This record gives sequence, structure tokens and C-alpha cells, in this order.
Amino acid sequence: MKPSAIFLAFLLVVPTVAAPQGFAGMATAVEGFNDPRPAPAFSFPADHGAHPDYRIEWWYLTANLQDAAGTDYGLHWTLFRSALAPGDTGGWDSPQVWFAHAAVTTEDAHLTAERFARGGIGQAGVEIDPFAAWIDEWTLSGETLDALSLTASGDAFAYDITLNANGPLIFHGGGGYSVKSPEGQASYYYSQPSYEVTGTLTLPGGDVVVTGTAWLDREWSSNPLSADQQGWDWFSLSFDTGEKLMAAQLRSVDGSRFRSGTWIMPDGTTESLGDDALTLTPIASTQVAGRDLPVEWRIEIPSKSVDVSSRPLNAQAWMDASIPYWEGPVFVTGSHSGRGYLEMTGYEE
Amino acid sequence: MIAAALSSLWSYWRRNPLQLATMIGGLALATALWSGVQALNTEARASYDAAAAVVGEGRYDQLVPRAGETLDEATYLALRRAGWQVSPVLVGSLDLGEVALHLTGVDPLTLPAGAGAAGQVAAVPLAQFLAGEVMLAHPADLAQFGTAQSIDLIASPAITQGMALADIGAAQRLLGQAGAISRLVVAPDQPLGRPPLAEVAPELLLQPAQGGSDTAQLTDSFHLNLTAFGILSFAVGIFIVYGAVGLAFEQRRAMIRALRTMGLSMRFVVVLLGAEIAVISLVSGAIGVVLGYLLAASLLPDVAATLRGLYGAQVAGTLQLHPSWWLSSLGIALLGGILAAASAIWRMSRLPLRAGRDPQVWAMQSARGQRLQLVLGLALLVLSGGFVVAGGSLLAGFARVAALLLGAALLLPPLLEVALHVAQRRARSVTAEWFWADTRQQLPRLGLALMALLLAITANIGVSTMVSSFRLTFIGFLDQRLIAEVYVSAETDAQSAAIEALADDGITVLPLLSVETRIGPQKVDLYGARVAPVYEQYWQFLAQDGDVWSRVAAGEAAIINEQFARRAGLWPGDSIPISPTVTLPIAGVVGDYGNPLGQVIIGEELFITLFPETRARQFGLIGGGADALMARLEAEAGFDPAQMIDQTALKAASLEVFERTFTVTSALNVLTLAVAGAAILMSLLTLASMRVPQLASVWALGVTRHRLGQLELARAVALAVLTLLFALPLGLALAYLLLAVINVEAFGWKLPMYLFPADYARLAVASIGAAALAALVPALRLARTPPARFLQVFANET
Amino acid sequence: MLLKIENLTKSYSGPDGRVPVLQGISLSLDAGETLALTGESGSGKSTLLHLIGGLDHADGGRILVGGQEVTALDDAGRAALRRGMVGLIFQQFNLIPSLTVRDNIRFQARLAGREDPAWAAALTDALGLTEQLTKYPEDLSGGQQQRVAIARTIAARPALILADEPTGNLDEDTADRVMDQLTRLVDEAGATLVLVTHSSALASRMARQCHLSHGRLS
Repeated sequence: MKPSAIFLAFLLVVPTVAAPQGFAGMATAVEGFNDPRPAPAFSFPADHGAHPDYRIEWWYLTANLQDAAGTDYGLHWTLFRSALAPGDTGGWDSPQVWFAHAAVTTEDAHLTAERFARGGIGQAGVEIDPFAAWIDEWTLSGETLDALSLTASGDAFAYDITLNANGPLIFHGGGGYSVKSPEGQASYYYSQPSYEVTGTLTLPGGDVVVTGTAWLDREWSSNPLSADQQGWDWFSLSFDTGEKLMAAQLRSVDGSRFRSGTWIMPDGTTESLGDDALTLTPIASTQVAGRDLPVEWRIEIPSKSVDVSSRPLNAQAWMDASIPYWEGPVFVTGSHSGRGYLEMTGYEE
Repeated sequence: MIAAALSSLWSYWRRNPLQLATMIGGLALATALWSGVQALNTEARASYDAAAAVVGEGRYDQLVPRAGETLDEATYLALRRAGWQVSPVLVGSLDLGEVALHLTGVDPLTLPAGAGAAGQVAAVPLAQFLAGEVMLAHPADLAQFGTAQSIDLIASPAITQGMALADIGAAQRLLGQAGAISRLVVAPDQPLGRPPLAEVAPELLLQPAQGGSDTAQLTDSFHLNLTAFGILSFAVGIFIVYGAVGLAFEQRRAMIRALRTMGLSMRFVVVLLGAEIAVISLVSGAIGVVLGYLLAASLLPDVAATLRGLYGAQVAGTLQLHPSWWLSSLGIALLGGILAAASAIWRMSRLPLRAGRDPQVWAMQSARGQRLQLVLGLALLVLSGGFVVAGGSLLAGFARVAALLLGAALLLPPLLEVALHVAQRRARSVTAEWFWADTRQQLPRLGLALMALLLAITANIGVSTMVSSFRLTFIGFLDQRLIAEVYVSAETDAQSAAIEALADDGITVLPLLSVETRIGPQKVDLYGARVAPVYEQYWQFLAQDGDVWSRVAAGEAAIINEQFARRAGLWPGDSIPISPTVTLPIAGVVGDYGNPLGQVIIGEELFITLFPETRARQFGLIGGGADALMARLEAEAGFDPAQMIDQTALKAASLEVFERTFTVTSALNVLTLAVAGAAILMSLLTLASMRVPQLASVWALGVTRHRLGQLELARAVALAVLTLLFALPLGLALAYLLLAVINVEAFGWKLPMYLFPADYARLAVASIGAAALAALVPALRLARTPPARFLQVFANET
Repeated sequence: MLLKIENLTKSYSGPDGRVPVLQGISLSLDAGETLALTGESGSGKSTLLHLIGGLDHADGGRILVGGQEVTALDDAGRAALRRGMVGLIFQQFNLIPSLTVRDNIRFQARLAGREDPAWAAALTDALGLTEQLTKYPEDLSGGQQQRVAIARTIAARPALILADEPTGNLDEDTADRVMDQLTRLVDEAGATLVLVTHSSALASRMARQCHLSHGRLS
């Protein structure tokens, strides 16, 4: 079941905008929503929950997994909240719309599923104590954010995993205030990058017991892209050294790039990386879903002596959802070796 | 050369405009009746499909409540949380004073992309749609809607007229059904690990995707009836054309012979004649399509009323033109024209080049041909009886009817031949003897027209007997069912309570508790009855087991209506599941001619236990007289007179619905008879010119033209009378089939047959009148034939 | 005087106005007389015969048959005259196809109210039609059909028999035989016969001959 892409465009473009700008219309300013402010003071567990006065928000989990034989898998689960108007009235009239994506990636397969829900009737939502984020039967829940279990299923796959965090929350940018453009577009952005994972994947070939690591992103905003930004390339990487990296660049129509990143030490201390501290360079592209995608990258952070290249587990990790994008597990080699996830959005046909 | 040949062929029509007009008229009439019926059917089906397509009914499985008309929103959530990919739909009638819109509420976020509504919703801003701020309707309906509504209207040509589409939240609000869902559309792709339905929502029933909607299936029988009439009318109309084509060809023999003498090949002449027929057919078809459209447009309101009254099916009140309908109508006209001309062209192609003895047109039908017809007719009659064994379906029922009518039509000429032979033998005067002999001789030529007349009269007798028997039964049924003095609709709980309070004053209060539910795959209306002595007094059972009413009152048994009993094959002694937890034995089966839906009646107390949320809003009251009761309710409880209706008025209203139901039937009936009359006229006109030589001889022997004209008229009347005598038993047989077979299959009830001699007498007068009228023109022509015309016969060819 | 014609005129409308067909015919015939009427094609022979039989209207002049003034009779009167006094024999036979030979022969006699089974049987026998009685006209040869027509006419014992080329459709041998039978039977019946023919051989068998040319008798 896939609602037509036409009205999905409306999901994120509110209320009667002519042509959406930027990926999924995120560059469109809308009256009445709150905007992120610098130097945020988060309050937990409340801020793990939904923020209906902000236009978009997500709970975004990616995991790199292996079975007993050493075969690699990627797992992805995202719950999106998209508000058509600020606030939440409850009932069918609620302007809060939810949707979610789930995927499992293997070397030669990329299985996906998508769900939609009305916010006001309980079909989807997030509760904070105990924590539970759900849409239909898909749930990410646990006593706290540190100990979660996750289930999701599509018509060809399912998974059921448990996640245990062995490190602290990581706040990107200025204490969780993440600037996205020279014009100052920003979001609130924090992560839990240090989950240990055990669980079971149900695949067309049968059940597979897997272990591995996972990374949870929490981000919300009302207007995260500037008018001329088309989309982004985003990495979450865990190096064998125990260090971790979030690196992202936002691409402008004029070819300019706005980069940002967070360097995470094994003990959880972080260093924010500015626009000029890192470079992301495509080194090879592949035809994916009818378009040319840079699926291999070179990542350089001179200050950290990082110069690695990434290659995907499966170059065809295309999320053929109502808002299409590329999302899949990657491996890096070079100055450092490790694994993680790459997300590429805004690549038009 | 071609042009010359064409113009000589065409000159015939120019010189015989009446013949051309009759031919075009006949074919146009046949096409009109056929295409009119098709338009009605197409329109109604399009309406059902439009209603169904909104949510993709037919394409997707659905979950429907086992009992009751709606399911709870909580059930929807439970299913979604269990992984069931279902989407909620709420449907209802949105009353707008004069008109009502069929409102469908959907959730665009979960609706399968293939459902029609998904595309329509895509055209409006989603935020407004989800917020319940907008409703989509056909532009033509917006005008009806006025402005003082709590919702913005958006014109969408994609929405069928009479329909409206809104978010389910808005629909719940507009229909006053907060938290209610009519059914759930099941998405084709479902996730792994989904629990069985019974674990999550045992109160729901999975209805597999089906070819047509519920409504379409329910009304199939009605449309089959219409189609049968359409085919009958068309067949009768073709007889006219057959006559006209035959005449035109017979009279152009000499011309065609001349054309061939001048060097045109027979094949070329046949092609020319075929092309001529094709052109005439297409012109007639075009006229027929227009007439058919007018016919359908004028009958549509009645058909719509019937479908609404009988099945609750919504049909848009205006006719739309579907290209397929135009094309098929023209096609049927062409087919009809060629069918009617085929034998004439065939005979023409075998015409010898040299003038000589033409194949004897007047030859008596060969004994062998007659025997074959006799055997075939009898075989069809036996077959008609034989379908009983195969029986069971509505189609088999119609096959029986078709075999009966066709068989009887084939038997008509041989039987008439016998009758005329006897008459000739018994004739005293020489004129009478000649009259009968001559009539006999014309039989092969008049046979088809007489068959048409037979079919028309038979259909009239059969259908009118059926309708009248139905009416008598229906009136009896109303007397049995409408036993309260006054019927009141309460609008609020307070009004309901005020009515219930009347019981304290010794007034019998009969609340009407009902829910729509499903028993097995069947949709039925479940009623809760407060058992009162009046029920025992008035209700008659077709079958019963013990003391029906006390068992029902005790909640130990149920009453079902006949159509449900027949469809499900359940009779007293069998049991039916009322709800997932309650199964009751059947105590009685009651005749019910209100609509074809199944009905189950249980005791009030049991009903309230099963459906505590259902409130009685309609009540029957007995005691104290209708006027006094109504005055009292108006004065004491603030009832509006519009909320109350007395027994007499309700019966009148019910009968009116009944009469409207058969307006279409009787209109088609009359038209069929008219067509048969026209067929006779055409045949007689054809015969008239061919018979001049014979009549000239008789005239020369001393019989006046006036007398010949009289005899001509008498011949048509005599044949009509004989046909009528044959049609009467046949019509009664048809009535029996309609009442005892077709009705059972179509509606689920078997009706007793009554006879209506006065009606038959009227019909007899009408048919004989039609035949006489048809014969009048040829007879007058004959009486006024100038002797010179006769003298030409005696002119010597030396 | 069985037949008396006085100054009979008749014209038809043609493309260039009225075309005169008969221009003052006068003629009288006694009972039992036979008359051959000859003339070119289109000379008005058949028209004269039709006028005598009351099949057509004259423009002027009088026709009296057995004392009845045919030219003064209305439709019904002429029909009655044809039933009662006149017998017509045509080139095309003009039998009634729906009736058997027997019924055809009886037909006119019964119309005239003069059915005489013995006479009819004698005629049938004389004309050699006994075998054909139950057949229908279309089953007969041309000669047989004309014999039936003759039998039909004479069976009714009309006073005046009008025969229009009765053998015109028959081959020579048959024509001779039929003609023999006709003259013999007319003689037996004592009827008056007016025979229209273009054959002088046939004409010579009649007691009197008249030639019609340009609408006048000679």
C-alpha cells in the first residue's frame, strides 16, 4: 500500500504552496511554527517526545549488523512527524501526520516498507515515560532511551531487535543547535550513537540472528533548509578505534556546499566540526533507480588526520518511498576503517 | 454504372415514402426500446460503480461488522496496531432538504492508492482535507447545497453526481456519527506476522473483493428484468423491419432483373442491397438512439425511485451519455436491419435472370416445414419444463420463460393453420369459405407478425397478472404489517421517552428496533419486536413451529422472512447465529414483500442485550384513535406533524412506491403492444400489394371492393382473436413462471397467483383493436382501389 | 336481345391529354349468339369487354345486359350483375390460388346462388378435370388451369360469357382443345359468348365477327 506521491508532496508543504522548494519542501517557511534557538536547554525525557509546534521531527535509527557467519546487514527505521499546522487538537482533525520507513539491506537486497498515520487518533505517536514511539504495529520502546526494543515488518521482511546504549547522548552543533546553512537555518539535533544490538531479522530466506551496533538520531525543526538548498549527504560512522563521526553537507543549487560534523571520542566527548573542517567528495557513482548517485565518497578531516573512502554494502539501497532517497550501510577504509550509514537526499532524476 | 444502379434502387424508396418511413420507424423503435433499456441499466450500474469505486469496493477485500451498521474506531486502531493494513470508510446519506448526497468519508493517508478517492483527494490541499474543512462534490450538486454549511465545498468533476467525498473526520461530524466507521478497506499488501482477524476483531467479517458492489449484485435481478423486456421489444420491432424489407425486395424484382440484364453481377446487386440496408439501418439506429435516450430520460426518475425504494440503491437522477452505449445501439440497429433483410437478400440472389414463374410466394407452407416447426415448438415447451430440473438460478428462470415464449411462438402458425382449416370446413357461405381459405394462405406471410402479437399479448397477460397478483399480495401484506394506528419518529431520547410513557395510559407502544447485520455472508435487517397481542392477531406465517410469538418474546426463537428463508434454505426447526454468542432456532417464516432484503425478528429484550447502543426511534402506537394520538403527541411532547403518520397515509405512501416500481414495466408493456400492432400493419401493407391479382379475380367474379375491404378487416380481427385465444393460456403460464420462479429467484418470495378476467378482457379489446387499427389502412385502401388497378391484372401480356 | 350497346365511348388520360379508345360503339347480340371481337393490340377490344362486364366505367353511351342497364348501375349493382349474369374468362386464368380445383369450380356458381352439383360434375368430367379436383391451381398446367376457369364460369350458368384471349397463354394444340371444349359447353349451356381474340382462326369459329379499329367497329 502506497499512497500516491502527489499528496505526499502536500504532507510537507503547507498549506497551499505552489512549488515545493528543497528536499521534501523543507525549505519552505511557514507561519505559526516555532523555530529552533541557539543554546538550547533540553529536558529529558520530555524532549525525547514529540514537539507538535515544530513542523518536522524524526526518530531515526540505523544499525550495522552481522550474523554468526559474518554476513553484513543494514537496518533502518524512521518515524517521521510532519505537522500541517502547529499544535495538536486530537481526533481526526489533528494536523499532525505521521509516517515511517523501515528497511533491511543485504549485499544483494534492499527490502523496504512505509506506513502512514493520522496523529490525533492514536494510530501513531510518541510517549516519553516509559518511552514508546509507534506507528501501527511498528514500535520503538523501552523503559528509557538507553534500553529499547524495536519491531517492524513489511510484506517481505520483519525485524525484532533489542538495543542497549553504552554511551551518553551526543549533542550536535552548539549543544544540540545544529546550523544547516550560511543563512542560519537550523534544527535541534542530538544522537545516541552507541547502541549494542542483538536480534532477529526475518528475511525471505528465513530468520537470521544478528548482532551489531546502532545509531539513533533525534532532530526537529520547522525550516531546516535554506531556499536554495536541494538536499544533503549525511554519514554516521563508527571507526574501529572507538571514535565516531557524524558528517553532513547540504547542497545548494549554485553548487556550493555547507558542511558540518561532530567528532565523537570513545568516551563520548565531542568536537563540533565547522564548514571548513571537513570535505566530502564523490569518487564513484552508480545508476540507481534511474538516476546517477554518488555511492562512493572520500571523507577528509585534516584536523583529525582522517582521509577515508566509503563504499556501500549495496549500492541499490534506494528507498522507493513516497519521498524517495538513498539510505544504506557503508564501510570505510583508508586512514581509519569502520562502518556506518550514508543518507543521500534531493537527487532528482 | 454504380451511381445509376444506386439511383434506380433509391428511386423505389422515393416513390414509396410510407414504406421507407415504416421501415425506418420500425427499426428506430426497436433500437429505441433496446437502447433505452440499456441506457437505464448502464446509468444505474455506473452509479453503483461510482459509489463503489470511491473506496475501491470490488477491488479490495473489506472488513465489515458482523452485526450492526458500523464498527467502532477503537476496533480500527486495534487492527492497525496489530499490523492489519486497513483503511476506514464511513458512508451515509447527507440530507440537504430536497436532495441527499451519498457522502463517503475516507482517510487519504491509509487508503490504497488504487481506490478512486485517492486520486480525487490528491486534487485538493491535503491539510484542509484532513482538517475536515472541505468536501468534494460534483459541480452540479454544489448549487443544491447552499452556502450555510459547516464545510467548504470544492467542485470536482471527477466526483459522480449525487456523491460527495470528505475526510472521515468530517464525514463523522456531518453524518452525526462520531467514532463510527462503516467498513475497512483491506490493503492488498499486508506485513508479515499479522495475527488472524478472529484474535483482533472477532466482531468483523472479511468480505473478499468481488466483481461488483453489494448494490450491483442486489439489483442484478431488476436489471435482468429490464433487459429481458428490452430484448423482447427489440425482437418484436425486428418483425416490422422484416415485413418492410420483404415488401421492398418483392416489389423491386423487375427492377433488379433489369439491372442484371444490363450487366450487373448478382454479387454486385447483393452488395448494393446490403449497403442500402446498412445505410437505412444506421439512419434508423441514430434516430432510435435519440428516441431511446428520451425514453430512458423520461423513465429514469421512476427507475431511480424503484431502485431506491426497493434496494436503497442510489442512482443519479440525470442521464449521462456513455459512448459505448451509442455505439452498441447503432450496432444493434445494424444487426437488426441485416437480420431482417438476410432472407430477402438470399431469396433475391437466387432469382433467375429471365422472367418466368417466380418462386411461388403464395405457396402454402410445406407440410414438412410445418411439421418441423411443430416439433421444434413442442421441444422448446418441453425444455421450458425441463429447466426445472436444472433450475435454481434467475438465469435458468429466464431461460424457461424464453423457451416457453419461443416454443409457443413457433407453435402458433401450425395451430392457427389447424384452426383456420376447421373454420374453412365449417363455413357455410362461399365467401366465408374463400375468406378462411385465403386467410390460411396468408398465414406463412403473416406468421411473424402474429408471433410478435402473440408475444406482446402474452407478455402483457403474464406481466399484468404478475403485477396485479403482486399488488393484491402486497396490500394483504400491508394490512398484516401496518397494524398500528399511528407511526411516530422520535428525534431525541426525550421524545422516545415521551412515547414510551404513553404505555402508562393503556396505549400499546411498539418500538421499532433495528440494526443492519450479517448472518453468514448475507446482509439482513435484524429487528427487535415488543411482542404484543396484535402481532398474534394479524401476522400469518408461511411456516411455523409451535407458539411463535411467546417463543420470540422469551428470546428463545427468531422469526425470519421468506426471502431469507429461501436464500439461506433455513426453515422452522433450523437455527441461525444472531451474534457471535447467540444462536436461535427459527420459529416462523413470514411473508414479506417490502424489499428483497433478508429480515430476522427477535424479542426486544434479547435485542437490547445484544445491541445496547441501539435506540428505538420509530414507534407504532395503538389505542385511542389516530387523530387523538397525534394531537396529543403534538400538544404534550412537542412532536412535529411531519414526524407522525397514520396507518391510512402510510399504506397509501407504500402503495405509491409499489406503483412506481411497475411504471416502467407497464410503459414497456404498452410499447411492446404498439410495436406488435405496427408489425401487423407492415405485414398487411406488404401483403396488400401482392394480393391485388387474387382480389381482382374475386372482384371480377362479383364481390364488391367494399365487401373485400370488410373481409380484409375481418381477417385481421379473426387472426387477432385466434392469437388471443392462444395467448391467454400462454400468458397465464408466463404469469405462473414469473410468480413462482422468477420472483423467488429475483426477490426471494413466491407469490400466489390470482386471475383478473376484467383485465384480460380489456387487453383483448386493446389487442383486437390494435390489429383492426393496423388492418384499417390496407382495408380502406382496398375498398377504394380504382377498378383500373384491378383491370391491369387482366391486361394481356401478348 | 341479351346484349345491347349504344354509342359507347371511352377514353383514357395519357401524357398528351385524353386518348380516345372507343368512339361510339353500337352492337347488339341475341341470346345464344357467339361473337368474335378482333382487332390490333390496343384497339380497345379488352376495354370493350371490361365495360360490358361492368369492370370499368364508360364515358358515354349505354350497355344493356339482359335488359339491365349496366352503365347506370353502381358498384354493388355491377358486382351483382357479374355474379348473376356474366361469366368472365381471362388469358391469365385468374383462379383463386387458396381454393382447390373443386372449390374454384363451385365458387362462382355458389356466389350466383345457382350451385348444381350434377352440372358441375358433368363439366368436370367433360373437361377432364376429375383427377385434379383436390389439387390447388398452382399444381396444374396452363391448359388445365384454363379448363378450370371455363368450368368455373359455365358451372354458374351465366347468360353472357366474356372471354378475353382465353387461349393466349396456351400452346397451339392445347389452345385448340380448350377452344373446342369452350364452344361446345357454351352451346350446351345456351349462353351468349363474346370472345376477344387476335387470331382469325379462332374468330372464324364464332357465329359473328366484328373488327375493332381506331375505336370503331367494322
